[in-house]
Amino acid sequence: MTHRKTSNGPYTEVAVTAIGIRSVFTERKGDVMLKYVLKRLGYILVTLWVIVTCTFFMMKNLPGTPFDAERFSIMTPQQQERVLEMYGLNDSLPMQYVKYIKNMLKGDLGTSFTYVNQDVSKVITGRLGPSALIGIQAVLIGLAIGLILGILAAWKHNSGIDYFTMILAVLGVSVPNFVAAALLQYYIGLKWGVLPVGFWTGWNCSVLPSIALSFSATAMVARFMRTEMLDVLDQDYIVTARAKGLSQMKVLMRHAVRNSILPVVTILGPIVVNLMTGSLAVENIFSIPGIGSLFVDCIKANDYPVIMGITIFYAAFYMLVVLLVDLAYSLIDPRIRLAKGKES
Amino acid sequence: MGKILEVKNLTVHIKTHKGVVQAVRGVDFYLNEQETLAVVGESGSGKSITMKGVMGILPKNGKVVEGSVMFEGKDLTKYTERQMQQVRGSEIAMIFQDPMTSLNPTMKIGKQIEEMLKEHRKDMSKADRKARAIELLSLVGISNPEARYDQYPHQLSGGMRQRVVIAIALACDPKVLIADEPTTALDVTIQAQILDLMRDLQKKIKTSIIIITHNLGVVANIADRVAVMYGGKLVETGDVADIFHNPCHEYTKGLLRSIPKAHEKGGELQAIPGTPPDLMDPPKGCPFAARCQETMIVCQEYMPDYTECGKNHKSACWMLDEMAQEVKADEK
Repeated sequence: MTHRKTSNGPYTEVAVTAIGIRSVFTERKGDVMLKYVLKRLGYILVTLWVIVTCTFFMMKNLPGTPFDAERFSIMTPQQQERVLEMYGLNDSLPMQYVKYIKNMLKGDLGTSFTYVNQDVSKVITGRLGPSALIGIQAVLIGLAIGLILGILAAWKHNSGIDYFTMILAVLGVSVPNFVAAALLQYYIGLKWGVLPVGFWTGWNCSVLPSIALSFSATAMVARFMRTEMLDVLDQDYIVTARAKGLSQMKVLMRHAVRNSILPVVTILGPIVVNLMTGSLAVENIFSIPGIGSLFVDCIKANDYPVIMGITIFYAAFYMLVVLLVDLAYSLIDPRIRLAKGKES
Repeated sequence: MGKILEVKNLTVHIKTHKGVVQAVRGVDFYLNEQETLAVVGESGSGKSITMKGVMGILPKNGKVVEGSVMFEGKDLTKYTERQMQQVRGSEIAMIFQDPMTSLNPTMKIGKQIEEMLKEHRKDMSKADRKARAIELLSLVGISNPEARYDQYPHQLSGGMRQRVVIAIALACDPKVLIADEPTTALDVTIQAQILDLMRDLQKKIKTSIIIITHNLGVVANIADRVAVMYGGKLVETGDVADIFHNPCHEYTKGLLRSIPKAHEKGGELQAIPGTPPDLMDPPKGCPFAARCQETMIVCQEYMPDYTECGKNHKSACWMLDEMAQEVKADEK
């Protein structure tokens, strides 16, 4: 019989304290919630500003210019001056920074250097669709299969399905997704010809890349779910539930799953961000016009406005997902409530 | 009064990676209607496992390998899992030791009570269930039950939680209530309250109670009869007065000697030296022989049969054999 007072593993407890949520009893739930969310949004803005500033100066310190070196060097100095002025690059660095921030506050992220005369926001949103679709599908696949495997593995501890899950968990994390991608392409795409090998002509093009991306998520979710579930199944309240005459299925679904899902929610944040912001390798292999390849292309081309735009988007998205995960904690586990007043 | 529960030769084995633990080795006892039976013994004597075997909620590696559990004339060990699910909770309910961990932390208290009704009283409407849950909460002495209904376990104190655990167990008016050390994890003042509550409730809903404890104070307080377990065996059973005033088994005597007495200040507490036997490889004779002050050669070799010590009172000890004094004198 265990004598642990909570069912949270050490993993979740660390995570929970790290983000500044304390367990308190509060009656005015809605009030506290709103305050908390506003405060967190404030922090997000401050963090964003820091990230924008750092990225801006580091990026400008990269060697090279956005221009083709050969063609730029044969221009007359006057021509060079005019080109630099056109792109706002002949001001001093601090001046450029102030201008950028001013425009950003107005919602203007500038125009791309490589995609001539296109707004940065347009360039990004144009490439976001495929990445987001693949990412969401991969997260859903990973979550569904991972949870089912994790639950089964814990329930049938030390059985075939348990060993299978553990092997899969190791493979899923250690085999790079481009290997899985290539295998899927070869067998499902080429040999059996069920689904397209690549390109972006319709929804069916998104299936193989989603599966390839989902392996690591499946593995992580399964492993975390299994570990926590094994712990929860040893808890006294599971015996209580059995003594109530509930079937094993009900014990599992009503009592064990909700109490074991917190670690999975914790890792869901990074997983969602990773998968939805595009994977360079998978996008390249399947020739998908996604945001991952855009990011690499614009860094290679010193396309400053696009680099900044994508950075801001990544950072904001990540922090919002983390905020959502934190809010999900308090919905799942009533012992975790948002703290009133100052956070420690 | 008829016997509502009769356990015969119950044997439970638990498989571990080191080997098979013979946790319960042929235990016989019975429970009369509306009586309270206390099962006493130190940790590891097999009390809890016996009861979990009766309920069919042994851990996955545990198994009833022999014996029968007759409940209202039917053998529960022959029941399928599905049939047992209908008995559990509605006919035989169980209360656990630690109220801090035996309630689901993420489920509202009201819902945890209603779950029992939902399972066993399928004809009840949602509103009926809620009304019954609130009624149960006030029955176990929880103030402001309507508000408590919507609270989570962490918002209640230990004593309150144990009351909730009792409310859950009583939801379907079970015929037998098994309480596994219901007061061990509580403050002394709260212990008395919980025992009083259990006694009152027994009168109100006319249930039979088996209470597992290692606290003889609790036994004196609540029990009608006592069963003493040691090393996976039942060594003595009798009415509570007989056990306290005329204990026959050396282990029972030792237990009674080890109770601190408030009026004998300064006197040393008499502990029983040694530790309980390893049930992975149980002794072939009396399990208590190694720690017994009166041990004889026969004790180590053969398990004694039960000897009647009085009405309803029997004990398995070689000292009760008519030849014991003679043999003892010889061995000296």
